[in-house]
Amino acid sequence: MSAIMTSIPALIVIGAVVIPLLVYLVLGVGEKILGVVGGRTAKRLRPWFWMLIPLALMAIILVYPMVETIISSFLNAQGTGWAGLNNFAWAFSGTMLGVLGNNLLWLIVFPLGTLILALIVAVLFDRVKYERFAMTLVVLPTAISFAAGSIIWRQIYEYQPAGTAQTGLLNALWTLIPGNQPVAWLQADVVNNFALIFVAVWSSLGVAALILSAAVKSVPAELTEAARLDGANEWRIFRSVTLPNILPSVLVVATTEVIFALKIFDIVYVMTNGNFNTNTIANQMYFELFSSQNLGHASAIAVILLVVAIPIVIINIRQFRAERTR
Amino acid sequence: MTLTSTPAAAIAPAAIGPASRGSRRGRPRGRHLIRLILHIIVVLFMVVWFTPVLGLFVNSFRTQSNIGNSGWWNALIAPLFTGYNYQQALQVIGLGPSLGTSLAIAIPATVLTTFISAIGAFALTRMSFAGRTVLSLALVALMVTPPQVTLVPLLKLFDVTGLYGTIPALWLYMVGFTVPFGVFLVRGFIGSIPDELFESARIDGASDFRIFRSVVLPLSAPVLAALAIMQFLWAWNDLLTPLIFLGGTSVAQPLTVNVAGLVTATGQGEAQLMAATVISILIPLIVIISMQRYFVRGVLGGAVKG
Repeated sequence: MSAIMTSIPALIVIGAVVIPLLVYLVLGVGEKILGVVGGRTAKRLRPWFWMLIPLALMAIILVYPMVETIISSFLNAQGTGWAGLNNFAWAFSGTMLGVLGNNLLWLIVFPLGTLILALIVAVLFDRVKYERFAMTLVVLPTAISFAAGSIIWRQIYEYQPAGTAQTGLLNALWTLIPGNQPVAWLQADVVNNFALIFVAVWSSLGVAALILSAAVKSVPAELTEAARLDGANEWRIFRSVTLPNILPSVLVVATTEVIFALKIFDIVYVMTNGNFNTNTIANQMYFELFSSQNLGHASAIAVILLVVAIPIVIINIRQFRAERTR
Repeated sequence: MTLTSTPAAAIAPAAIGPASRGSRRGRPRGRHLIRLILHIIVVLFMVVWFTPVLGLFVNSFRTQSNIGNSGWWNALIAPLFTGYNYQQALQVIGLGPSLGTSLAIAIPATVLTTFISAIGAFALTRMSFAGRTVLSLALVALMVTPPQVTLVPLLKLFDVTGLYGTIPALWLYMVGFTVPFGVFLVRGFIGSIPDELFESARIDGASDFRIFRSVVLPLSAPVLAALAIMQFLWAWNDLLTPLIFLGGTSVAQPLTVNVAGLVTATGQGEAQLMAATVISILIPLIVIISMQRYFVRGVLGGAVKG
């Protein structure tokens, strides 16, 4: 058994062929049985039988852990006794305030930056002949893991003391301007947070631009044409015709990016590991879990993430319902 | 809204066409300048977005001392390349087993997510039952659940069940975590298949199982491909999940974990790190370039409407 569990080809065959076949067989046999039972009972049971596996997976992987985490956020470090609101009091005091501040910066700068750049890409790329190629280049980084992306950008942010050759592209360009001293982009306070956020923007712009680009293209041409005939300039057309029409897509992008900013982990983990005042809640949670072994603290952090996500859930559900009734 | 405005608008551009062209001819210099600025901005985006990747590729072929002494762009002037870093990355760092683990995580996670999402979406769109709307809304809510919320209890659960430190634990997690998105994505597509198709199949005496196999699966192939690509990229690129459920065990760590670990391990040179990073991004890059059409569909289908 253990030999099978460590053999890569065997694992791939089990996961990608054997298990799907088993699921398929279960569906077939189940349908046979439902066919024999027939009538009302079968009709009532059938949807739940089909939904069984997806629902069970969601229950085990998402719902049950969520409930557990909420409970243990009120427990002590070992999870052996109640701690009241102590974990939350900790989460909003001391060093955690700086961490929360960093996340707030991420929550504002990252979605806003991505959104503005994506709008520029969506509107401007639409007007050049080489749009497809240009878009491919912007989408490329979405295939690259944040870990790899961070390594790529660590190299660009590289810092060498003044007077020596700069090996980082950013400092090499920066010191071209007379009088400029090289900057330690990843260590300098505040600047480093923006340096990290830009890596995330670089990575996420492709998806945001694809969504907004499709939305921009679906704005009826007669609307913009009519505005143009009325003498509106391009900026005016964008503001009063294009933007109102693509608002639902802007909302989708904004919520995706807010969620992303909320749970940002990889980039901070690889580039600074939370040092130099760049720590974020998800990284602090990882630290609490594995270095401090403090279950209560880790769970409280997770619950904060969950609570902040609730308004976004509500917005999305409203949007979903509005689209259904349309 | 668009229906009523269409006839008038269809005539308008044709009628005014020559006039507007005339006014365009009126200020050619201003237009040229604006076009030039437009091209500069677009090209700037292309350069800023591609240069980092180019720098990585170039540095991965340079020697350790070269990388330490000068920026990668110097290699464009005085090229001196070596494959040594790749040889080292594969032999010394042991990227071979890591590559295997990454594949063993991503391929099954992709197949299972796609198949199970199709099953869920079929039931949700084509069968009527009480609680269907509530279930759809729950899916939307679960789609935005931060993964951190689930990690601690699952760590305990996997520990108790003996799944901790095994690759199937990652399948379970990744499939469960993506199924809400998957069902949501495929649901929209199956919902757009004409009812008549299902009706005629049913009249021919086909069971639900038969309809799923012969109507739903073949027809929703494009959206299933889109879902598969998204999930493959997510599974391949995930760092946090394998770090938590596989970290510190005897299983070879996937590429993301291994490469991220190299950053902090100062013993290995920057040169090998560059080669290792290239190896880790090669497969996702090939996937996205060769199947961009499906990727775009996945992005748009999941985001714009259900």
